[in-house]
Amino acid sequence: MITLDAKIPSGPIEDKWHNHLENAKLVGPRNRPSYDVIVVGTGLAGASAASSLAAQGYNVHVFIFHDTPRRAHSIAAQGGINACKNYREDGDSTYRLFYDTQKGGDFRSREANVYRLAQNSTAIIDQCVAQGVPFAREYGGMLANRSFGGVLVERTFYCRGQTGQQLLLGAYQALEKEIHQGKVKLYPKSEMLDLVKVDGRARGIVYRNMVDGSIHSIAGEAVVLATGGYGAVYYNSTNAVNSNTTAIWRAHRRGAAFANPSFVQIHPTCIPVSGDHQSKLTLMSESLRNDGRVWVPRKKGDKRSPGDIPDAERYYYLEERYPTFGNLVPRDVASRAAKVVCDEGLGAGSTGYSVYLDFRDAIAEKGQDVISEKYGNLFDMYEEITGESPYQNPFRIYPAVHYCMGGLWVDYNLQTTIPGLYAIGEANFSDHGANRLGASSLMQCLADGYFILPQTIGDGLQPLYRDKVSTDHPEFAKIEGEVRDRIKRVMSVKGDSTPLSIHKRLGKVIWDNCGMSRNETGLKGALRDVEALQEEFTTNVNIAGKSEDINQALERGLRLMDFLEIGHLMCRDALERDESCGCHFREEHQSEDGEVLRNDDNFGHVSVWEWEGEEGEGKEETRHQEKLDYEVLQPATRSYK
Amino acid sequence: MSKQDAKTTPRHNATISLNLRVWRQERGSSRGEFVGYEVNDIPVDASFLEMLDILNEQLNNRGEDSIAFESDCREGICGTCSLVIDGLPHGPGQCTTCQLMIRDFKDGATITVEPFSTGVFNVVKDLTVDRSALDRVIQSGGYVTVHSGPKPEPNSIPVEHAVVEDALDASACIGCGACVAACPNGSASLFTSAKIGHLALLPQGQPERNTRVVNMVEKMDEEGFGSCRNYAECQASCPKGISIKYIGRMNGDYIKATISGGDRRGEMQAN
Repeated sequence: MITLDAKIPSGPIEDKWHNHLENAKLVGPRNRPSYDVIVVGTGLAGASAASSLAAQGYNVHVFIFHDTPRRAHSIAAQGGINACKNYREDGDSTYRLFYDTQKGGDFRSREANVYRLAQNSTAIIDQCVAQGVPFAREYGGMLANRSFGGVLVERTFYCRGQTGQQLLLGAYQALEKEIHQGKVKLYPKSEMLDLVKVDGRARGIVYRNMVDGSIHSIAGEAVVLATGGYGAVYYNSTNAVNSNTTAIWRAHRRGAAFANPSFVQIHPTCIPVSGDHQSKLTLMSESLRNDGRVWVPRKKGDKRSPGDIPDAERYYYLEERYPTFGNLVPRDVASRAAKVVCDEGLGAGSTGYSVYLDFRDAIAEKGQDVISEKYGNLFDMYEEITGESPYQNPFRIYPAVHYCMGGLWVDYNLQTTIPGLYAIGEANFSDHGANRLGASSLMQCLADGYFILPQTIGDGLQPLYRDKVSTDHPEFAKIEGEVRDRIKRVMSVKGDSTPLSIHKRLGKVIWDNCGMSRNETGLKGALRDVEALQEEFTTNVNIAGKSEDINQALERGLRLMDFLEIGHLMCRDALERDESCGCHFREEHQSEDGEVLRNDDNFGHVSVWEWEGEEGEGKEETRHQEKLDYEVLQPATRSYK
Repeated sequence: MSKQDAKTTPRHNATISLNLRVWRQERGSSRGEFVGYEVNDIPVDASFLEMLDILNEQLNNRGEDSIAFESDCREGICGTCSLVIDGLPHGPGQCTTCQLMIRDFKDGATITVEPFSTGVFNVVKDLTVDRSALDRVIQSGGYVTVHSGPKPEPNSIPVEHAVVEDALDASACIGCGACVAACPNGSASLFTSAKIGHLALLPQGQPERNTRVVNMVEKMDEEGFGSCRNYAECQASCPKGISIKYIGRMNGDYIKATISGGDRRGEMQAN
């Protein structure tokens, strides 16, 4: 039975972080080299954490399934990163960023963590500029800002439509410097397949060398998971094709509690699905909603070309329904609104499941050059994929799975319920509640990696001085054996279904029942469907090739095993959260005009799931609660009207 | 059919067939060969890599080992995908392999698919190669040495708008290695100069400007990359359109750095 102690420091909210730092145990610079820290993943969170810890003096071991750290999927983040610099003097402040994030998340996140995130946001910009990240500048040489959804200020810093890439390169370069200096050892093409615990503490991982298939383990005093989210459970998503949940899911199976698994962000502006062959969905940055206007034809089945439809016959549904925020409502609201108009039969395109994002007016007002400088690469990317130019015709977009607010439960130190195991970035649940605001993911990853974890990890490490465990400990051989058995098992079924075909069907079940709109009947059916797919996987999967080799079918199969389990848990979590909040829209709980209806009395908490089953046996998950204390901000009905 | 022609004749829901000649090589040390595959009923809206997914599903169903190829983001930014298609790194068009669409190919065409193989990038298996030499070039100096922690207010150092845009043109590099694969000399000059050029333009890159260019250029040679002979094939094949002007600037910086005094780093360390 787990105990959930969030370790929130005492004092008023603006003093908590400083109080915490002043009371934390520290590891001195001379002792740091005697600690081995294992970091899994090198996205913004992993690369920034690994480089910061190495620069402090720790011995860092970094694991990636890519060939180089620069490939991690943070690279694909487009629009920007938030920080409450208040450069535009438009009323921004630490409190305002905290307020927007908490409200945007529909009051389902921990106040103390969110406030700390806002406090650290400005230092991230300073840090990245010092690294040489070329943020957009105004003509006078000052940093430029733009606006994102769910807020009334301009606090987003950006590098064209490739902010994630530039920030990741900054972190990657810092990491490469530490590799060069011997403080970081990189293990490329090495996928973590399990966590090793000794006496209840995380002490290492088991990984597979993806080139020759060999299984190894490594020991350390702490394990940091920075492996991103599990959005690829839906098969079609904006995640990369190799993004997966295995690291955090295997940690969960070893005792790390999982929080709010059903909280998944569906991003409103993606290129629509074109067919069954599709392997991924491409996001069109939310920043496009700054200048683009979203609409559908007012008339059902209007097949005219969008340019031929006059204004009076266009339904600018976001501007009409939400006059204050207009096209810049938060993502969950925008996505659901798109689904509603398409379900009503107003959608565009051959499938009827897309809406227009139109730059006609912005181009007329500002000129094509200005629009092109701001969004040029996004316009080009759209044209590459669809063969249509958004300068001539509006973008056609539809929501797609994008980000997981849920993740491993962590306390204020970013430590999971397993001592010595930390989760940072998208892999944890801590800051975005039931919906994340645009440009806040990069902020959270870098706050976790550059500033928070490096200052909280010492507290957990300090008592371990000279208490080392090596891979000679029998627990390592035992877990390695279990991993080898798992691989042997999936390779030996030799049935008729490929992992890809099962994954596609799993994705459809979760998308239809645990996506933008959820209800009891659908979720109960989905649980049965996922169980049937699990059975099919166990008895009928087919993986060709050898396990001692590069085998991408095997990689997919191993990841799919874990997607099947997390998909099941997501549906259970969505079923038991009998309210609507943020992304979690339960049809049973909606207001008269179709907005979410929260139930703070019964669900003003984080759902925290504990795995109690044994390896290979049933899925006994127990639901616990971390009650959310609303000390600063009383939950209110979220209105963007 | 050129790309432009293909775009003017939309054929949604249509399918085509392709004959592939794919380089298969069990591992780096073994002999490789081209193997022919016929792939039918490929939706024209599919991407080139999704066509390979379809082929791999068929191979897996037949109990055959699937073709190893790398990709990840599939939206042209991670730099993982790396195929030479009909002799061109990333195939026709200035985009990454993953952004290549089936609608850009003719029905019934025969297409040759090879890895990004050069003297430095060795084949790992089939269409995957080892590009870690590029990381080692970055390790030798492609960064600004700053620790995490409080930093000066960024607006205290104004940077001209045009300078930042120039820096961003260079730092748009995705590290795919197409420039190396395209170069008859196997040079990594475009890759290396893009990083040097990015940091040399910004005020934050100045303190280490001299040591950076010397170390990175020398590392590039040490890794076995060829030297630049101004073929400009790199620029033509770069999916991010990075200009060879950065190579010129790198060469200028290198000469300046070698005559302006050596690297004195290390002399100040206490231990």
